[in-house]
Amino acid sequence: MAAETSDTSAKAESIVEVRHLSKTYDGRVRALEDINLSFPKGQLTTLLGPSGCGKTTMLKIIAGLLEPSSGEVFVNGKKITGPGPERAFVFQDFALMPWATVLRNAAFGLELRGMAKNERNEIARKYIAEVGLTGFENSYPRELSGGMRQRVGLARALAVNADVLLMDEPFSAVDEQTRRKFQEDMLALMEIEKKTFIFVTHSIEEAVYLSDQVVLLSRLPGKVSEIIKAPKAAGSPDEIRRDKVYLDTVEHIWQTLRKYLEE
Amino acid sequence: MHEWFNKDSIFWRLLSILIFFSAWEIAGRVPISPAFPTFIDTMEGLFRMISDGSFFEKYMITLKPLLVGVFITCFFGITFGVSMGLSDRIDWLGQPVFIVLQAAPVSALIPMITYVYGIGFTSKIIAVCILAMPVVVLNSINAVRNANTSLIEMSRSFQGTRMQEVFKVILPDASPMIFAGLRLGVAGGFVGIVLAELLITPTGIGDLISYHRSVANYAEMYATVLSIILLAAATVRFFERLEVRLFRPEKQGT
Repeated sequence: MAAETSDTSAKAESIVEVRHLSKTYDGRVRALEDINLSFPKGQLTTLLGPSGCGKTTMLKIIAGLLEPSSGEVFVNGKKITGPGPERAFVFQDFALMPWATVLRNAAFGLELRGMAKNERNEIARKYIAEVGLTGFENSYPRELSGGMRQRVGLARALAVNADVLLMDEPFSAVDEQTRRKFQEDMLALMEIEKKTFIFVTHSIEEAVYLSDQVVLLSRLPGKVSEIIKAPKAAGSPDEIRRDKVYLDTVEHIWQTLRKYLEE
Repeated sequence: MHEWFNKDSIFWRLLSILIFFSAWEIAGRVPISPAFPTFIDTMEGLFRMISDGSFFEKYMITLKPLLVGVFITCFFGITFGVSMGLSDRIDWLGQPVFIVLQAAPVSALIPMITYVYGIGFTSKIIAVCILAMPVVVLNSINAVRNANTSLIEMSRSFQGTRMQEVFKVILPDASPMIFAGLRLGVAGGFVGIVLAELLITPTGIGDLISYHRSVANYAEMYATVLSIILLAAATVRFFERLEVRLFRPEKQGT
């Protein structure tokens, strides 16, 4: 089964290409060095590594929020120069406007594009329902739990109908139980939405559980250390968490990362 | 019944007012000083001024320059402050002036204004503005500077223009601090108008205060002082409400 999955992913065309990407902060700190990566269309790729390996930096460069020091990023074959409609970002700290309702927050990406109010609210309602927040449209973020807030962030990113969703440690500010439920819902959502996800996390289990491909980064400077085609096991979430291949992959990644921590 | 003892209930507010006025009444009866009237005397003084018409007549004189000054401060203060917060170049030009103004004992400048602008309306407006403006400007600068970077990044990631970023994200996010500045500014404006009317030339309520002091009508004098304090407090409270109304719907009803 593992072999099958990696075969299909090898054939999949890539939607995001990163070439010779480097980022240096203040001319001294080398956050990323000569990164070459391709992200297959319709799949979930995780950037995983010890803290300070530049994984969030890379994600923000792909988002167009940060300028690379050198190198290029191509999305759908076009070189990016800033944020674009084909990419949507989900923030670690949710980035919800406290003064706006769930509905307005979820529709905000469309509001910025100048879409008429009725139209954008209708679309936002659909995605609010998809992330399981029906009934909370008129609540304010402070009335929601952390997990629910991040669902609003996800609805906002889905509403703009981008091809690529960039998620920066989206569950790190959410408690463990909510996080598991959220991960399961994410898998279900990926089935419906057929989008490309690029996911940053520091949780090995989360990476293997959700991803088709895990990119391991080393620390200072951040370099690609290994690309692992994660076998996505079929079956219920609980079966996956007990799956032999799943557990072996988690163990393998841990052994690799451990080296960086001991350095 | 227990609603009455809820910390926000009107009961506690009335009680604290009652305690304050009783303490005043007792202090007046002791008496602390022959020039310190009791609360009841002060209220009688207030009614004498209201019934002879001098109270409202003088207040109209005071309120006009105060309103104009506060309006100018709100409009230009926020505009300056926000532009300085958004642009380093404008900030470099403007901020030192306001920092100096805020630190300086500005009331010392008020007699100087009279040399330039005489003793009329303009001088009073300027007095209000120089006392109110610095804190409004400086708060607006800081409010904009400290706007949530994550929200700004969010706006950019969804291709928001700079205009949208400023009006839909930065200003609403900065509004609590801008309004905190406005409240302090308005309070400063009241100081400015009273100082101007006492120092420049006795007009308006400044006239009421200095006239009644000169003829030893301490009840009337204190009534005037009390009324201007209450008016200032009510205005500050009004700005608090206005902020919630305009920018912070999520705080409504709390």
